[in-house]
Amino acid sequence: MNGFVGSIRARLRSPNATAYAVMLIAALVYPEIVQFVTGGNGDALVGLAADAGIFVLLAIGLNVVVGFAGLLDLGYAAFFAIGAYTYAIIASDELATAPIHHAVHIPFWIAMFVGLFVAAGFGALLGAPTLRLRGDYLAIVTLGFGEIVPRVFRNLNVWTGGVFGVSAIDPPTVPRWLDGPWAGDPFGIQQDLQLTSANLTGFYIVIVVVIIGVVILVNNLERSRLGRAWMAVREDETAAAATGVNTVNIKLLAFAIGASTSGFAGAFYGAKLSVVNSDQFSFIISITVLSMVVLGGMGNIPGAMIGGLVLYFILYKFLPDAPNQVASLVQSIGLGWLNNTNPNGWPGLGEEVNRLKYIIFGLIIVGIMLYRPQGLLPSRARRQELTSEEVPGIGAPRELQS
Amino acid sequence: MADTILTVTGLTKRFGGLVAVDNVSFDVNVGEVFALIGPNGAGKTTLFNCVTGFFAPSLGTVIFDGNDITGRKPHQTVKAGIARTFQNIRLFDYMTVLDNVRLGFHSRMRSQVWDSLFKTPFERHEEAEITERAMELLRFVGLERRRDDQARNLAYGQQRRLEIARAMATQPKLLLLDEPAAGFTPQEKVDLMNLVHQILSKDITVFLIEHDMRVVMGISQKIVVLDHGEKIAEGGPAEVRANPRVIEAYLGKSA
Repeated sequence: MNGFVGSIRARLRSPNATAYAVMLIAALVYPEIVQFVTGGNGDALVGLAADAGIFVLLAIGLNVVVGFAGLLDLGYAAFFAIGAYTYAIIASDELATAPIHHAVHIPFWIAMFVGLFVAAGFGALLGAPTLRLRGDYLAIVTLGFGEIVPRVFRNLNVWTGGVFGVSAIDPPTVPRWLDGPWAGDPFGIQQDLQLTSANLTGFYIVIVVVIIGVVILVNNLERSRLGRAWMAVREDETAAAATGVNTVNIKLLAFAIGASTSGFAGAFYGAKLSVVNSDQFSFIISITVLSMVVLGGMGNIPGAMIGGLVLYFILYKFLPDAPNQVASLVQSIGLGWLNNTNPNGWPGLGEEVNRLKYIIFGLIIVGIMLYRPQGLLPSRARRQELTSEEVPGIGAPRELQS
Repeated sequence: MADTILTVTGLTKRFGGLVAVDNVSFDVNVGEVFALIGPNGAGKTTLFNCVTGFFAPSLGTVIFDGNDITGRKPHQTVKAGIARTFQNIRLFDYMTVLDNVRLGFHSRMRSQVWDSLFKTPFERHEEAEITERAMELLRFVGLERRRDDQARNLAYGQQRRLEIARAMATQPKLLLLDEPAAGFTPQEKVDLMNLVHQILSKDITVFLIEHDMRVVMGISQKIVVLDHGEKIAEGGPAEVRANPRVIEAYLGKSA
């Protein structure tokens, strides 16, 4: 008994294990708590969490590229778009109006993997000529790719529906579904349940399961010869090559794996929203996901996940709700006059907060980065890189060695 | 005649108008310690870089173990069986001592992406095996107790030894050491010479650049002297030491 408790204690001392445990438990109880608190009207909040899950998936994938292999990718949303459009085209009536005049409806579970492979293929295609570039140059090329892809989708009218995009995309179908009191129904098994906007809990469960699977696989990668080679390339490309690492191939692999995760997320996104158009994959998405990785802790999987959750919450829940919350707060403490407009140009406190929300967002980000430059939950190596002056090594400093 | 493992013929490397290595030829025999010496800026490290694929030679050929490896990429020369260390140590500072050595096995491992993704039994077995062999190498250089420390926390001499262990993990036939004794105390130099002898006993040929004459004369069978990119002398230690052009290159012309 003691040994068992001891081993749990030892594990809890590792911040990563703790983070995984907390996230898993939170993911399991979140829908129940939300439904309980809102008295069964929490579907919107559960759906919001499913959307957050998409960004968590994106952050995990980008973390492989930026955090593990050290390749700055500013066009990550391109692969997200490729995954979403791939699913949209092969799982809707879109192709009926395309030159082949025949709609294709591939089931979600297969199409999701098609999205994954197509995105990985484009990752390799983009990476092959460009990964010889280092640092800033690579960032600029990926930036270009991120701009080109949505524009191609917008202008390829016959195949992608142009500016309107693709709509009425097939929802995923689950072969068996367990009903129960948690959704306000009696116990029972449904067959071939379609997941639609009326069943956001279904999407939530699917994304949680997908994230768990991806986390396990990416963890395996990190603790393999590939993970070591990525870390080596990130630290010193020349030394890695001298140690037998084919640096171009290994970077290409990081790129393709990052792209495939993004493609996976894109397919899910298309299925959940049921509509895909090129405006959804702008530069701001690439930057948001990059911020999630940096803010959470580059190179650390649970760090990137936490970064994804925190930033998503701030961007899509905290800031949109802030004006009303602030307005009702001042009302309740007797300062309601602040909410009234005033002929001198004061728009009311709620509206003022609404206008300032991106300044607030910027301040939050700057604040976190000042307070924790290594990220919320950094990898061990990164933590030490950033604090190395405080923990001097025994060896002579580099500049004295040569 | 002994078997040659490395044949460099007419090797020339130009950087714009500068000729860093000028028409240098030599043979390295299997099982010997071969030394490349010369004043600073003579082109020794450039020659190393040409042999290991970091630079493509402007002219000339490099034959290793019967194959023409001229202009191959670094990871290809490693695969062919050439390992190297660097003049200014290049370890992966934030990786552990053990991981530095395990990375050395990278080019010899056969696990594919799928093996890594799904932790197949093959991958687990291979990881366990190279971990075991990496520990052997750490014992060989006397660093087994530091396995979980980050490489940057090692003392300077230990870092040099770790770099040698990492190079040996690539299972080379030829090991290129770029100034392995630089900055060493006399005792550390003796230890290094012993280590080189032990490396030789593992059927690895050693090709080194070194400034310390006592080390060079003490362990090498054959020495090539470079000055301003040109080969000015070649032969055994005694021969090279007596060569007037070598003395001139190191000490300058007598008035």
